[in-house]
Amino acid sequence: MAEWLDAILVLVILTNLWLLGSSRLRACIQAAALQGILLGLIPLLATWPAITARLAGVAAASIVVKAIVLPAMLRRAAREANVVYEVQPLVGFTTSLLLGIVLWGLATHIAGRLPVAMLHVAPLLIPVAIFTILCGFLVIASRNTAVMQVIGYLALENGIYIFGWAFAIEDPLLVEMGVLLDVFVAVFVMGIMIYRLSREFDTIETDEFTSLKE
Amino acid sequence: MLALSGFVQLILAFALAPMLLSIINRTKAAFAGRHGPPWLLPYHELWKLLHKGAVYSRTATAVFVAGPIVGLAATGLALSFIPVGGCPALVSFPGDFLLVAYLLGLARFLTVSAALDTGSSFEGMGASREVLFSTLAEPALLLSLITLAAASPGASLSAIYAGIDSAVLASGAGPALFLVMAALLVVLLSENARIPIDDPATHLELTMIHEVMVLDHGGPDLALIHYASSLKLWLFGALLVGVALPLRSGFFLLDLLGGIAGLALVAVIVGLVESVMARLRLVRVPQLLVAASVLSVVALVLVMR
Amino acid sequence: MLWILLAVPVVSAMLAFALPWNWPRRGLLVASSGAHLGLAAAAIGRTPAPVLDGWIALDGTSLLFLAITSVVFFVVSIYAVGYLAHQVRVAEDPGREVPFVDYPEAVFTGCLLLFLAAMTLVIVSHHWGLMWVAVEATTLASAPLIYFHRHPRSLVATWKYLVICSVGIALALLGYFFLAVSAEVRELSPIHLTIADLENHARQLDPAWLKAAFLLLLVGYGTKMGLAPLHTWLPDAHSEAPSMVSALLSGVLLNCAFLAILRGHSLLAKAGLGDFSRELLVLFGLVSMVFAAVFVIRQADYKRLLAYSSVEHMGILSLGAGIGGIAGFGSMLHAVNHSLTKAMLFLAAGNTLHYFHTKSTLEARGLARALPVTALVWIAGLLAITGFPPFGPFVSELMILKGMIDGSRILVAIVYLVALAAILVAMAAIVIPMVYGKPPRSESPAEASEPPAAGARPGARSPAEPLWSAVPPLLLAAAVLVLGVYVPQPLSDFLHRAAIAVGAE
Repeated sequence: MAEWLDAILVLVILTNLWLLGSSRLRACIQAAALQGILLGLIPLLATWPAITARLAGVAAASIVVKAIVLPAMLRRAAREANVVYEVQPLVGFTTSLLLGIVLWGLATHIAGRLPVAMLHVAPLLIPVAIFTILCGFLVIASRNTAVMQVIGYLALENGIYIFGWAFAIEDPLLVEMGVLLDVFVAVFVMGIMIYRLSREFDTIETDEFTSLKE
Repeated sequence: MLALSGFVQLILAFALAPMLLSIINRTKAAFAGRHGPPWLLPYHELWKLLHKGAVYSRTATAVFVAGPIVGLAATGLALSFIPVGGCPALVSFPGDFLLVAYLLGLARFLTVSAALDTGSSFEGMGASREVLFSTLAEPALLLSLITLAAASPGASLSAIYAGIDSAVLASGAGPALFLVMAALLVVLLSENARIPIDDPATHLELTMIHEVMVLDHGGPDLALIHYASSLKLWLFGALLVGVALPLRSGFFLLDLLGGIAGLALVAVIVGLVESVMARLRLVRVPQLLVAASVLSVVALVLVMR
Repeated sequence: MLWILLAVPVVSAMLAFALPWNWPRRGLLVASSGAHLGLAAAAIGRTPAPVLDGWIALDGTSLLFLAITSVVFFVVSIYAVGYLAHQVRVAEDPGREVPFVDYPEAVFTGCLLLFLAAMTLVIVSHHWGLMWVAVEATTLASAPLIYFHRHPRSLVATWKYLVICSVGIALALLGYFFLAVSAEVRELSPIHLTIADLENHARQLDPAWLKAAFLLLLVGYGTKMGLAPLHTWLPDAHSEAPSMVSALLSGVLLNCAFLAILRGHSLLAKAGLGDFSRELLVLFGLVSMVFAAVFVIRQADYKRLLAYSSVEHMGILSLGAGIGGIAGFGSMLHAVNHSLTKAMLFLAAGNTLHYFHTKSTLEARGLARALPVTALVWIAGLLAITGFPPFGPFVSELMILKGMIDGSRILVAIVYLVALAAILVAMAAIVIPMVYGKPPRSESPAEASEPPAAGARPGARSPAEPLWSAVPPLLLAAAVLVLGVYVPQPLSDFLHRAAIAVGAE
């Protein structure tokens, strides 16, 4: 199963690059959804064939929430707010892609220095987790539309999830569900906000919100 | 034996390269429900063009004449380094992929110079686009080849491709090779002026890239250009097939036939891409090429790790 | 008992969402916060047994923060009744002609109670994961509160709050994972990630991972706590939220995040890495104080002024905890003092805003004549918050200073004093003209025969200082005054327990 796990992780890298390089919100939401599916598969493949019912349940729940429910909510928010493109990001798309390379190098560097030798973790898991987190940050920091910022937040959360699964942390079910619920509600609330933002400002480019500058 | 295999490959390349264009066109025709042009049409066209005369503008210089000739020569020379189906090429030495990249660069330089030599604004525009895109495609190509070099024990193109077999693909470097494949496909489409980067069948000069550069060439010159571009397609196709179909039986003829079948498959894929995709807007093309470079860097890091 | 403590606000929140009548709902708010206060008092009297395998428990620190939360929330809930009855639908921003409607009261009250529940959960949770869930829940429950006025600016503030805090807290989640890894690399697998279990095995945890975990927890929860330079959401949220919500955010929520950081500090101290966490806390504390000092100067919005003052005081708390010794005790006392003082100041700011309909420090002037009681609260609050005797913060700030001098951290002490002095001067230069100055316009809003052009505002006609708006801040002021003169022995014992529990003393 190790090869399949590697392939999945490479796909996660690709979804991140997709997020960095695409200006179309729908495409980005799709990338986030795909990432959600891949995320659900990782724990199953990482522990194959010793899958417990609990693990399968958590994986299924996370796929449902991260790959179906949240993207649907985001899509709805984007439609109601009537935004299709991220128009003028702080960092251009090509530059973002190039920064993606830098982040990937950084992630492998950090992962190489972490003392994880004694843990039996797939070698690619940790760099990919760190890379996903960094990409999430880049998207949140460099995009102007509220929807993209939420997508960045999702990527960030996904990265942290991969990290958690990298160590197969003995997370109590309660905590996992709580985290999942929190993320769900966070995106839900943000979705409502996006809708309202679009109504109030005729735009959801957070750059335009100048009324609160110092 | 080695030299013989290289010769056979090279001769087959020179003979069959225009066939790839035919396959692409037939695929597109089949997709569109048409019957398609005859299989040997590219050869007929070359034949016809060779028997025409050429008209040169009064402002054109020797550069204009040199463009097609050097283009064909450099591409043909580059082809002698390219292994098909893992069989060793005619010539090889460690690091020869750099020479291949520079030979292609030389061909492009002369083509662009010839286009600029005409003084036509259309051709200048095409030249500018061609240079921009190839500048972006070159890192992707080189990084992909370096990634392959890192994944296999060899250092020359022949050795690299001989080292990439199904075992490598199944190992940890497998996912990286998939990324390299994607990057090489983008490079292939871009370097050969195919959709979605460029539309070889367009009739509007404003939207052309490669075709607009050769508008002023005619007769034998145009034949050389067409022939050189089909050789280039063969070249990039061989680079892609070497990674995508790493089936090595050890028998020279079998491998070679497998490689050529793979090339035909690449042509079909190009035809499919052309049938289902529209051309990208010009401003999006650099992004695609940068993405190809990014993919190959990611692959390189994966392999080197 | 602990279950009841958590269930009271949750159940009443559900009821508040469902009840169609306003007055019973307001009664419910006061009743349930009163019940919460009663339960908290009972818990202080006799510490209840842990539940859920020790996931939910009360120790000295929890009890202290529970007491602060409960008291401040109770006072604010009284204020809230009057606020909801009289102040709603009063435009707080006449500058822009944007029509806006407040959130339905049911949602507001419900979220207020959920907010209380989430904060209680933060305080009582003794499991790192559960604590994370609870802290994120406080963010989500309070977001609608900040957006209560449904004004474009409050919307932007809420957005900033949600995004910045969620991202920050995501880092804290990573920190929690790192904690788990620090146990796992040493193959302590059966270990539970409860605070007690980790602290019992603190010496066996992997130090490198533990340090990384603390750094992430500090950055993550520090965002929520408002430590500079991660405080950027704080001034916006505090200035745009209804004043009573600002009082809760500043007085209670920031403390909850501080509690989470203290837990991390205590774990590191037990693992023998106390120096590492101490230095980080001191560093963040000083940076926050300096940042606050810079932004307080010539601040044109009195609610932002108070918000930056909160940044400053969070810096002081972190600094005190970092210095340790008597400063750790001082830090605990200061948490109490700051909560009470800041809540009172925000309630006073609410009254001011209600009367003047502006947050500008230049226009809201002449409080002494217009709103005598509120003016008194402002002056008392100013003296208290800037550390004048005989108010509580003076004592706690002095203790923290003493801790620095005991530890011969002279340079830290100098920065501390300079920042305090700068903030004192800056705040006095703003608040004193507000209280004693003359209104800039010839007619003050109260005397204006005609309402200003922006439209009639019924709020301006209501009595200037009804009982409900004057009494709660005065209660708090009295408490702060008492704490400055005399710290009751039980409270002092209690603070010692808290300081020891988090390893700050």
